[in-house]
Amino acid sequence: MVTLEHYLILSALLFCVGIFGLLTRRNAVGVLMSIELMFNSANINFIAFSKFITPEALTGQIFAIFVITIAAAEATVGLAIVVLMYRNFNAVNVDKINFMKW
Amino acid sequence: MIKYSYIIAFLPLLSYVLIVFFFSKREKTASGIAITAVVSSFVLSLIALFETLADHGPHIFEYEWIVIPGLKLPLSIFFDPLTAVMLMVVTIVSSCVHIYSLGYMHGDPRFSRFYAYLSLFTFSMLGLVLSGSFFVTFIFWELVGLTSYLLIGFWFEKKVASDAGKKAFITTKIGDLGFLAGLLVLYWAAGTLNYSEVYHQIEENQIPAIILTAAGILIFCGAIGKSAQFPLHVWLPDAMEGPTPVSALIHAATMVAAGVYLTARIMSIIVVSHTAAMTIAYIGAITAFMAASIGLVQNDIKRVLAYSTVSQLGYMIMALGVSGYTAGTFHLMTHAFFKALLFLGAGSVIHAAHTNDIQQMGGLAKKMPITSKTFFIASLSIAGIFPLSGFWSKDEIFASIYHEGHYFLLALAVLVAGMTAFYMFRLCFLTFTGEARDYHVYEHAHESPKTMTYPLIFLAFLSIFAGWVGMPWLEHGYSSFVYFEHPHHAAANYVLMIVGTIAALSGIFLAYQMYYKRAIDPVKMGARFKPVYTFIYNKWYFDELYMGTVIKFAYWFMEVLYRFDQGVIDWFVNFVGRFGMFNSRVWQTFDVYVVDGAVNGAGFMTRWFAGGLRKIQTGAVQNYAFVIFLGVVLLMLFKMI
Amino acid sequence: METGIFYILAAIILTSALMVVSLRNIFHSALMLILCFFAVAGLYITLDADFLAAVQVLIYVGAVTILMIFAVMVTHQLTGTTMRQVNEQPIPAALIIIVLFILLAIAITQTGFEVIGKFPLMPTVAAIGTALMTVYVLPFEIVSLVLLVALIGAIIIARRD
Repeated sequence: MVTLEHYLILSALLFCVGIFGLLTRRNAVGVLMSIELMFNSANINFIAFSKFITPEALTGQIFAIFVITIAAAEATVGLAIVVLMYRNFNAVNVDKINFMKW
Repeated sequence: MIKYSYIIAFLPLLSYVLIVFFFSKREKTASGIAITAVVSSFVLSLIALFETLADHGPHIFEYEWIVIPGLKLPLSIFFDPLTAVMLMVVTIVSSCVHIYSLGYMHGDPRFSRFYAYLSLFTFSMLGLVLSGSFFVTFIFWELVGLTSYLLIGFWFEKKVASDAGKKAFITTKIGDLGFLAGLLVLYWAAGTLNYSEVYHQIEENQIPAIILTAAGILIFCGAIGKSAQFPLHVWLPDAMEGPTPVSALIHAATMVAAGVYLTARIMSIIVVSHTAAMTIAYIGAITAFMAASIGLVQNDIKRVLAYSTVSQLGYMIMALGVSGYTAGTFHLMTHAFFKALLFLGAGSVIHAAHTNDIQQMGGLAKKMPITSKTFFIASLSIAGIFPLSGFWSKDEIFASIYHEGHYFLLALAVLVAGMTAFYMFRLCFLTFTGEARDYHVYEHAHESPKTMTYPLIFLAFLSIFAGWVGMPWLEHGYSSFVYFEHPHHAAANYVLMIVGTIAALSGIFLAYQMYYKRAIDPVKMGARFKPVYTFIYNKWYFDELYMGTVIKFAYWFMEVLYRFDQGVIDWFVNFVGRFGMFNSRVWQTFDVYVVDGAVNGAGFMTRWFAGGLRKIQTGAVQNYAFVIFLGVVLLMLFKMI
Repeated sequence: METGIFYILAAIILTSALMVVSLRNIFHSALMLILCFFAVAGLYITLDADFLAAVQVLIYVGAVTILMIFAVMVTHQLTGTTMRQVNEQPIPAALIIIVLFILLAIAITQTGFEVIGKFPLMPTVAAIGTALMTVYVLPFEIVSLVLLVALIGAIIIARRD
């Protein structure tokens, strides 16, 4: 029997993996991928709650749709910034882009 | 009007303020304002006089001024017949002088300022007369002294004028010191300086006689200074360096009369204290005789008049000293009119002749008919010829001296009356009659403009008729208006009248013989009584005496002080300076090493810490993200544990 | 049966996710991401969210990942596999995610969820469509506006000027 906790633990694991990628990958595209993983873990949560807590309503699923939309927009803008970084600094590594300091 | 009598004093003050602050560049407006103010004051004074005639008062009004625990100094007005008479005298003479100055000061570069000073003086004098306590009187007294200084030294480009101003100021200050001391004594004894309260206490015998004597004599010192009495009379002749209208207003009619007024105000003390009374009477007598004797031989027209003024003031003081309250103040009034007239006439002559020396004049009567006629009228009046006003007031003085039984003083007074007649007519004959001794002067002489002659005519009328209010036959004359305690209405003493007239006529006759007919040669006379002549010509050597004693001592003392300054104070100052430098070196070291060190140290520490801390700011977003998640974890830990 | 499917999908998801964050070759990472997304879509089906599973495949696999691959290809000369792909903080990051996971797991297991044992709606397409056009019409419109803005923004940012 698969319970809600199973899904939540899976989601938490996926989220942590996403954070690890966000904190460690040097490649900007890799960072964006990690973020997509985190979005997915959030979506798993939403849909799991939708199924187990509010099966009559579709609130969780609708939220997941919005999250996917936002994720798409984020990926679009993020990748545009990566292209820009590549063009202007000739770099896609986020630790190279460290101008925001003294 | 009496209730609002302070307006009388404040109108000239308003004029002063307006001229000084708004119209100093517009001479016509300035003089117009000043004349309007003083004439308005005159009209108001007239109304107040009529009210006083109906109700003698005294009317007392108090306005709170300084009220602190243990000290209450109100601004009060003390309005009695004497005040009313003084107001009339001051405003009339002041009005005449204001108008006269239009002509006399015409074209002066500081015309507006002159009118401002005149207004200020009039304000001070009116305030002095109106004030109801010795303290406020003292304030106005000093203000009067200040304006006198300003006006004597009005032509300060002339060194003699500025010197004369200083001399007047300093000399009168010596008297004022006595005045102040007298006030302190009085305040200590009576606890108040209000006229009415002081009088009341004296009447009730609450103040010991010895203290009253001391206070009376000390306050009289102020009068000695201001009224140019012996031995502080030396400033008045020098004060003639000021513009002639000023001499007429201040140094003949009003300010010098303030001393007499003050002496009249301390009449309660004089009555009680025989010592004080005799001191005052004899100082007056000495002054009258001495000044008259000097006046006999002077050649400067204004100086003769100045000594005449001193002499006449001595008369008044003498009268007051023998308790002749009515006589003294009456003579004060009549004298103010004819002496103002004499000075203004002299001013007119000087204006025409451009010289003060009567030996260079002569025959000016033809050129200056109005001036000469009015001058003769005034001379007759001062000489005491029946029925001009001087006759009545002088007779009143004789009568009161006789009444008190001081026959020596009476003899002296009659002698001085004769001398007065002599020197006045010497002046008249030398100036207006005979041959022109200086053709140049004679040629240029001309009658003065109407603004100058009209005041002369007006004052001439007063010189004739003002004294008629004091005729002894009048039932309700001056003596039943201005009196001390109760009206002293002496019957007409025909013997005294005849004696006085004989003295005056003999003086005039002698002058006529010497300076008109030339029957007696004045030079020979001078040679015959050479020691006396030299003595009085040099003004009894008072200036030399003071120069030799007081001023020499002052110089010696100054020298001592200078040495003291050089030796002790300078040394001390230098020591303080050196010590200051040494001290500052010490502190400089402290500054450089300690204070600067602390400041630099603070800066250095800041940089050092910042150098370490700024490394946290890597600029790498992933480091920041790491910190964010660290924060999240810590928050969760904090929440869950 | 159900449990078996869940564990298989979970294993695929976690493995592929780990490979996404750890593979040296970014292109391989992208491929692994596709795999991961597929597995997640499968997970949605087990959760009775058929429409979401379809959207997941269409949007993530069909659009986002393709976009990623485009970006990888554009920048490929800088993404050589020889250079270091991980920055200097993997160990702290690992520590932090372990702690985080422990905390999350504690939170999940400690919280008593009120599970309602009802059977959800199937199929969900019609219901979602109705909800989006009625109750959620305003957020729907706003999010479409956000997409438009993101589209224009991306064009402006990446445009050669």
